[in-house]
Amino acid sequence: MNLNVLQFKSDSERLTHNLDHRERIQSALKKYYVARDDKKARFQDWQAARQAAAETKWEAVNHLDKYLVEFADKIEARGAKVHWASTAEQAREIILGIVKEKNARRIIKSKVMTGEEIHLNAALEAAGYDVVESDLGEYIVQLRHEAPYHFVFPAMHLSRGEISDLFEKELGSAKTDSPEELTMIARRVMRDQYLAADIGISGANFAVAETGMISITENEGNARLTCALPKVHIALMGIEKVLPKFEDLALFLPMLGTAGAGQAVTCYNSMYAGPRQPGETDGPEEMHIVLLDNKRTHLLADIEQRDALHCIRCGACLNVCPIYKNVGGHTYGTTYQGPIGSVITPHLRGIQEWKHLSSASTLCGACTEACPVKINLHHHLLHNRRNAIAQKPVWWEQTLFHLSSILFNHPALWRLAAWGGRIGQLFHPLIQGTILDPARAWTKTRDLPPVADQTFKEYWRSRQK
Amino acid sequence: MKITLFVPCFVDMCYPNVGVSIVEILERLGHEIEVPEEIACCGQPAFNSGYWEEAKKVAIPVLQRLKNAEVIVIASGSCGAMLKVFYPELFAKTEYELDAIALAEKTYEFSDFLVTKLGNPDLGARFPAKVTFHDGCHGLRELGKKKEPRELLSQVRDLELLEMGEAETCCGFGGTFSAKFPMISTAMGEVKCASAIETGADFIISNDSSCLMHIQGLLNRQGEPIKTLHIAEVLNSRR
Repeated sequence: MNLNVLQFKSDSERLTHNLDHRERIQSALKKYYVARDDKKARFQDWQAARQAAAETKWEAVNHLDKYLVEFADKIEARGAKVHWASTAEQAREIILGIVKEKNARRIIKSKVMTGEEIHLNAALEAAGYDVVESDLGEYIVQLRHEAPYHFVFPAMHLSRGEISDLFEKELGSAKTDSPEELTMIARRVMRDQYLAADIGISGANFAVAETGMISITENEGNARLTCALPKVHIALMGIEKVLPKFEDLALFLPMLGTAGAGQAVTCYNSMYAGPRQPGETDGPEEMHIVLLDNKRTHLLADIEQRDALHCIRCGACLNVCPIYKNVGGHTYGTTYQGPIGSVITPHLRGIQEWKHLSSASTLCGACTEACPVKINLHHHLLHNRRNAIAQKPVWWEQTLFHLSSILFNHPALWRLAAWGGRIGQLFHPLIQGTILDPARAWTKTRDLPPVADQTFKEYWRSRQK
Repeated sequence: MKITLFVPCFVDMCYPNVGVSIVEILERLGHEIEVPEEIACCGQPAFNSGYWEEAKKVAIPVLQRLKNAEVIVIASGSCGAMLKVFYPELFAKTEYELDAIALAEKTYEFSDFLVTKLGNPDLGARFPAKVTFHDGCHGLRELGKKKEPRELLSQVRDLELLEMGEAETCCGFGGTFSAKFPMISTAMGEVKCASAIETGADFIISNDSSCLMHIQGLLNRQGEPIKTLHIAEVLNSRR
């Protein structure tokens, strides 16, 4: 078993025993469901909106070459510089190159998951730069030296008390139970950071090909300051973020707000179309866009799962996933957690190392039902399982399924199995729960159903006589 | 109508009364039942584990045996989804593709069959108890059946249906998942059980015995008095 599986199993075991943790996540999400349903009801037809969004993303993803070039040409015409990064390493080099060239010292970042994906903070810090996250949740997990717990709600797993203790320890602030005061503490720190920063790094929720703009949605206003105050703005985004037309945002902005956080639209929706233009009073002097592939084109090459590139990173699939709700975000060990992470991580980081995430699902389909852009998430988990096994079967599992196919195809053997089951269960209590118990994984927490005195087939045969 | 009844492996072995109830209900409605002796399983465990070639070894005889059936009723939402949704995918672009599609079209999960094909006839059932209904995920999302089992229960005399908060949340069974990740499976089951118990119901009813096998297994261990029953057993009840 590889290390990722062992880590996943031990972390999920530990967290499922932590009832406080489970309760906190589940009660936080209950509030989300109410808000989401309320906002979904404001759509004239949510299902039609999903269909329209899926079709728009289909068009964009299937013509990425055309729309990315259109986007790049348009935004470069207004003075932005577009960089193409095939790998995480290239993206880090491009960004480090800009930072060095500008003789920058301090960097402020607004929330950017592609930054987590390429381990940007670690690379910048290793090169001697100060990096501060300006999104409150990201700032909190940064202070804790943790990865985001959820790609929309990075600090969802923490209580107010834990955040207060963290701020007391790291920032010297007084203890408080008030969310407003906690926000104000972070805000005071942040204000100085915006003014001192030489470079602002952001992500992009969408890129519009038609107009050459990036769209950033946020609730705290921190991204606007990150993008506008420093002299240089770098936006790092996955190549799949492009949308064909400006009017597409009329659907995607409310959809992202609704599915992501149960909001009609996110509080701040900003469009950036290049650095400060002549006559403008604010904005950076330089703007760089880094377009990140990092194996997204591998996913694009997979016709069956290409629709996973439709993802708008709303987190709706995490929020409804009963696995996520019990094991939490850190257990996955991935940048993108939950069902979408389990679908795409094997493509981005290797199927044999990450196939266990596709197995750690009951295939219940709640994710697919919740996905605003109609990604067939749970069926893709099934496809990942098939692909992993086709590449490298597990010999004992394969043998077991082969033997069971013989058993199922021979009624006499099946009758024998029923007879064996009845005998076996007489002795099962002697070994139940011990290392000798072949059903231990089940019987540790659950009773086994007894084999019936008369199986259905036996009943049926007795009736035919 | 001549109905071919598919009783899945674990129902045959552990829950024969589900099959017996279905037979009695359908015969009372005047239908003729046949049960193919040579069919035991639909192949879902292998299929869901990624072993599609091994799944085919189980599924091909099923396809061949059921080729001439008029209509097939299957006593499980999950195995029903295997036949109706996943066989066409498993056999796509093979010589069996058309057979798989034809089989899917004439296969019905039991409660769906009663409502969709037979028009929810009055079965004369009486079941004086408070019950709550658990939607098995495959029946709910692969087959899209939410209202059908509830319509059937609404006909049962003296039955009071109390909806639980987590009716649509997976119980955590998930086939081989329950053995591969037992603690996650158990944690999910605990959420489901707590939600059902909170309604004050005496019974948890479902159209999927596999979910109930997991739920009842947990309840027994916890010493909870609430019991599980397949919907066919309730619809066949006269007490």
